[in-house]
Amino acid sequence: MFLSPAIRRHPAFREGWRDMAPIAIGIGAWGLMTGVAMLKAGMSVIESMAMTLLVFAGSSQLAAIPLLIAGAPAWVVLATGFCVNLRFVVFSLHLRPYLMHMPRWRRILHGYLTADMSYALFTRRFPQPGDDPVQRAAEEAYLVGGYAINWCVWMGMSLLGIALANFIPTQWGLGFAGVLSLVAVTCSMATTPLRVLAVLIAAATAVAAFALPFKLNIVAAIGAAVLLCFLLEKQLGLNPDAEDER
Amino acid sequence: MRGQTDLWTLAVIVGLAAVTVLTRCFFFILDRPWGLPDWAHRALHYAPAAALAAVIAPEILMTNGQFIHTWQDARLYGALAGVLWYFWRGGVLGTMLAGMAVYLPLHLMLHW
Repeated sequence: MFLSPAIRRHPAFREGWRDMAPIAIGIGAWGLMTGVAMLKAGMSVIESMAMTLLVFAGSSQLAAIPLLIAGAPAWVVLATGFCVNLRFVVFSLHLRPYLMHMPRWRRILHGYLTADMSYALFTRRFPQPGDDPVQRAAEEAYLVGGYAINWCVWMGMSLLGIALANFIPTQWGLGFAGVLSLVAVTCSMATTPLRVLAVLIAAATAVAAFALPFKLNIVAAIGAAVLLCFLLEKQLGLNPDAEDER
Repeated sequence: MRGQTDLWTLAVIVGLAAVTVLTRCFFFILDRPWGLPDWAHRALHYAPAAALAAVIAPEILMTNGQFIHTWQDARLYGALAGVLWYFWRGGVLGTMLAGMAVYLPLHLMLHW
C-alpha cells in the first residue's frame, strides 16, 4: 500500500482487499482488545503505541506484555517473541519462491507486513508461484491488497483500544482478555498429542520454576518442553514428515 | 513502571519489531537458498506452543508469585470456558468473548 500506484490499480489488489475484508472484522476485534490489554497491564500510552505501530504481531505483543511489566531482561523478552513467532519462519520458506525475483528491500517490506491470515489467503489463491511477469504482478497486488486492509484495521482498532482503555477501570480486569486470546492461539497450535504434551510440560515448568530470576522460567519451560517432546518423538519412532502434515 | 514510559522498554519494543522482521522474512533475507538443520526444524514444531503456554500459565495459575490455593479464582473458570469454546467452535474472538463472559461476572460480582 505504501508502494507504487501500479500495485493499487491492479485488479488483484481489490480482489485481495475483498477476500480479506470479512476476516478483518475478527482481526479488528483482536486489535482492539490488544490495545486495551497493553494499557491495562500497565504499559504507558507511548509504549503501547510504539509496540502497536512497530511490532505488528499480536501474539508476540501479548506474550511480551507480562514479561516487560515484570522487568524481564531484554534477551528473555526477545527470545520469547522469537519462539512465539517461529511459525512465520515456516511461512517464509513457503513464500520465498514468490518473492525472490524482487529486490531485497521490497521482499523484506512484504515479509514484514504479511501476517498469518494474509499468508493463508495468499497461498490459497496462488498455490504455485508464477514465473511470468503477468502472474507475478497479480501475486504482488493480491498480497498487498490483503495485507493493506489487515494492517489498516489492526492499527486503527489497536489505537482505538489504547484510547478507550483510559476510560475503563483497571479493576474490571479486561487485561485478562489478552491472556484468553493467547489461550485460543495456544489451542490452535496444539494439533498433535505431542504438541499438547509440549503445552502441558511448558505450563507446569513455567509455574514450578517461577522463582527463577529474570523470568528464566519461560526459557526453562520452552527448553524442557522442546527437549522432552524431541526425545519422546525419537523413542516412539514417529515419522517426522507425517507429524509435519498435521 | 506503571504507566510510565522508559527508554529501556522502548528499546526492547524496537527489538521485538526486529524479531518480527527477522522471523517473517527468515528465508528470503539472503539471496542464496539455504535450509535449517534437522534439530532446528523439529524444534519449530514444539517451541511456539510451549512459549505461549509458558507465558499464560503463570498468568492464570499464580497470584503475586504464588501458586493459587483456592478454587475461587475467576481466571480458572474464564480460561476453562475459553478452552471449551475453542474446541467447540474455534476462533480467537469467540474464545476471548466466552472466557470474558464467565470471568467478568465472577470477578466483578463475587470478587473472585
